[in-house]
Amino acid sequence: MSTPKALRQSAALRFGSAGFLIFWCLIAAFPIFWILVMSFKNPVDAFASNPLDVIFGPATLAEGDGLSIMDVVLGLGVLWLSFRFAFRHLPEMVEKFTKPGTVIMGWVIAVLGFALVFIVVFFGILPWVLTGLNAMSGPLGDPIIGLTPKNYVSVWVDNEFYRNFINSLIVTGGVVTVSLTVGTLAGYGLARSGSNLAFWLLILALIFRALPHSVLVAGYLPVFINSAEILRPILGDAAPTLYGKPYAVIAVLVAINQPFTIWMLRSFFQNIPMELDEAARVDGCSHFQAFRRVIMPVMWPGVITTGLFSFLLGYNDFLVTSLLLDAQNQTMVPAIAGYFNRETTTTDQVEAIAAAVSITAPLFLLVMVFQRQIVSGLTAGAVKG
Amino acid sequence: MKFKTFAAFVGPSLVMMLLFIAFPLVSVFMQSFYVTQPIFEQVEVESCTPGFPNPICVTEIKSQPVLGADGKITTETRFSGLESYRNVLELGRVKAAISNGSWTQLMNVDFWKALRFTLSFTLLTLPLVLIVGLSIALAVNNAVRSLRGPVIFISLLPFIITPVIGGLSIRWLFIGDGILTAAMEWMSGANISMFAQAWTIELMMMFYRVWHVAPFAFVIFYAGLQTVNQDTLESAIIDGASRWERLRFVIVPHLMPLIVFIALIHLMDSYRVFDEIVAFSSQSHVISLQWLTYDFLTPDDAGNRAISRASATAMLTMVGIVLLLIYPLKRTWRDHKGSH
Repeated sequence: MSTPKALRQSAALRFGSAGFLIFWCLIAAFPIFWILVMSFKNPVDAFASNPLDVIFGPATLAEGDGLSIMDVVLGLGVLWLSFRFAFRHLPEMVEKFTKPGTVIMGWVIAVLGFALVFIVVFFGILPWVLTGLNAMSGPLGDPIIGLTPKNYVSVWVDNEFYRNFINSLIVTGGVVTVSLTVGTLAGYGLARSGSNLAFWLLILALIFRALPHSVLVAGYLPVFINSAEILRPILGDAAPTLYGKPYAVIAVLVAINQPFTIWMLRSFFQNIPMELDEAARVDGCSHFQAFRRVIMPVMWPGVITTGLFSFLLGYNDFLVTSLLLDAQNQTMVPAIAGYFNRETTTTDQVEAIAAAVSITAPLFLLVMVFQRQIVSGLTAGAVKG
Repeated sequence: MKFKTFAAFVGPSLVMMLLFIAFPLVSVFMQSFYVTQPIFEQVEVESCTPGFPNPICVTEIKSQPVLGADGKITTETRFSGLESYRNVLELGRVKAAISNGSWTQLMNVDFWKALRFTLSFTLLTLPLVLIVGLSIALAVNNAVRSLRGPVIFISLLPFIITPVIGGLSIRWLFIGDGILTAAMEWMSGANISMFAQAWTIELMMMFYRVWHVAPFAFVIFYAGLQTVNQDTLESAIIDGASRWERLRFVIVPHLMPLIVFIALIHLMDSYRVFDEIVAFSSQSHVISLQWLTYDFLTPDDAGNRAISRASATAMLTMVGIVLLLIYPLKRTWRDHKGSH
């Protein structure tokens, strides 16, 4: 050990710190793990006061939905193998089969293909194989854990949650694209200009960031509802009512997100040496060409990181979307509030849990894939500034 | 860079911010002085019931909304000055409550109730977030290198989860005879109901908020810990500083800019507390300022939105955030000027 003796820690301290860490990890993961478990049970089990009942689900089992030891072992095995494949071999394959320049396209195809194969194997082939195996393997094939996909089926099929999913997709997709386009331009301009004006703009953006969103929505709402009348003198009869339109919400969320985006992108642009611009300018590029052809290609990590945070803002927003969108264009997060406000039966509650897990699953994947970028994004502004 | 190029680059972003942030602010400010109401007219209605020898007729004066040509109720917008503010602040009831010396009476007025909760929520969670975040960062820094990645992964989960869903996931642990409520009942032997009184709900909300934000503080502190000057630490050891003294006099001063940064962000964000109210459905017990505006903006049973009152609360909320941020902003400004 190279640690100096004075820096070495007492056993009590080491155990204390390790214990605290384990405790924190438990607290951090437990609520999320628990809603995942609850979402697969029938209402009686999900809200049972005995945790073992929630995990093993006797009432769900009694209804005939259950997994045997065989199911659990094989299911976990397939999951583990597919994760291993996704994180070890998929990157290599993408690298091998794509030409430089089409890497993003390659990844999109690879991920879509992987998802397709996974769905076919996990939900199509595996259950079919398991029915045969369970019948043959005697006591190992008897169901022991109650587990039912019923809640998900009723949320996604009966309650048409996929509509909300598509709306969420539209809104978040729009927010990410527009706020990155507008934000990279501004971030670059602010990073490369040392003028006082740039400084004051940044301070102004910081002040805008502090505004409660309800204040802004109170400003939009009357204007959006009456926008057809307000805009008629300019646009004639084509004047739209902005209330309830996804593109209006996209514009609003982009604007709310701008202060944060330009601060973060600016700090990423500042990491790119000025000499790169100057070289491009000497070679005869205009400012915009230098930005487009020289700076942006090396800016991808920063853009991805900022894009992630824009995604989170659009995806997680409740206040703006619930007030500015009508029921038809509702995104997922406000839609779930509708679920538990009904609160008539525990069945509604369990369905709300299944919807909640459905909303969380993409975020979980996001952290898995982009953990490094998220951490670098969090620290980008803070550690330097 | 020439001003023209600078303007071309920054222009779109600035236009968006002016159009969707600055302009709404102005319009909220204006709205708060105006009130839009349906116009009522006084109509003399003569209603007769058959009688003998003459029908019995009663004339009464009714007020009814004026219908426009399209059959809708016509509304008028009139200047009302500070009326909306008066309606929101309800100073009369406040005075009565103060002269009675009754805190509960004061807490019956929505605005003051919301203000009380928002401020106590903000100020109580702030130290908790800083302490928990720093403790996790220190513990992770202390852990074996191979464990750090998984721990960071798990820690990011509460941070990245949708706030409403995060709040719900905590709520579902406690609701009714949820497992944690059941466990507490088993330990204490008393019958516990976590959603029956305000303070337990507030406790859960604060727990949720610390759970949600501490990972953010942790990641930033953890990055800061990597840059602590090892020589300073060593000389502190040679000078005989204990572990606690090293933390107190070397590490914390080194992290001070980060502490200020996190405190600033946390003040801004937790003053906007809103998602918790939705997730815990606590409107009958606990409300926040932002929820108050939201409530005025949601259409009531008749489909009307109390826009002017919402604007008034929005302006008051803004005044609050300005007051709250003046001190930390002044401080950073002094540091900024001092560093040049």
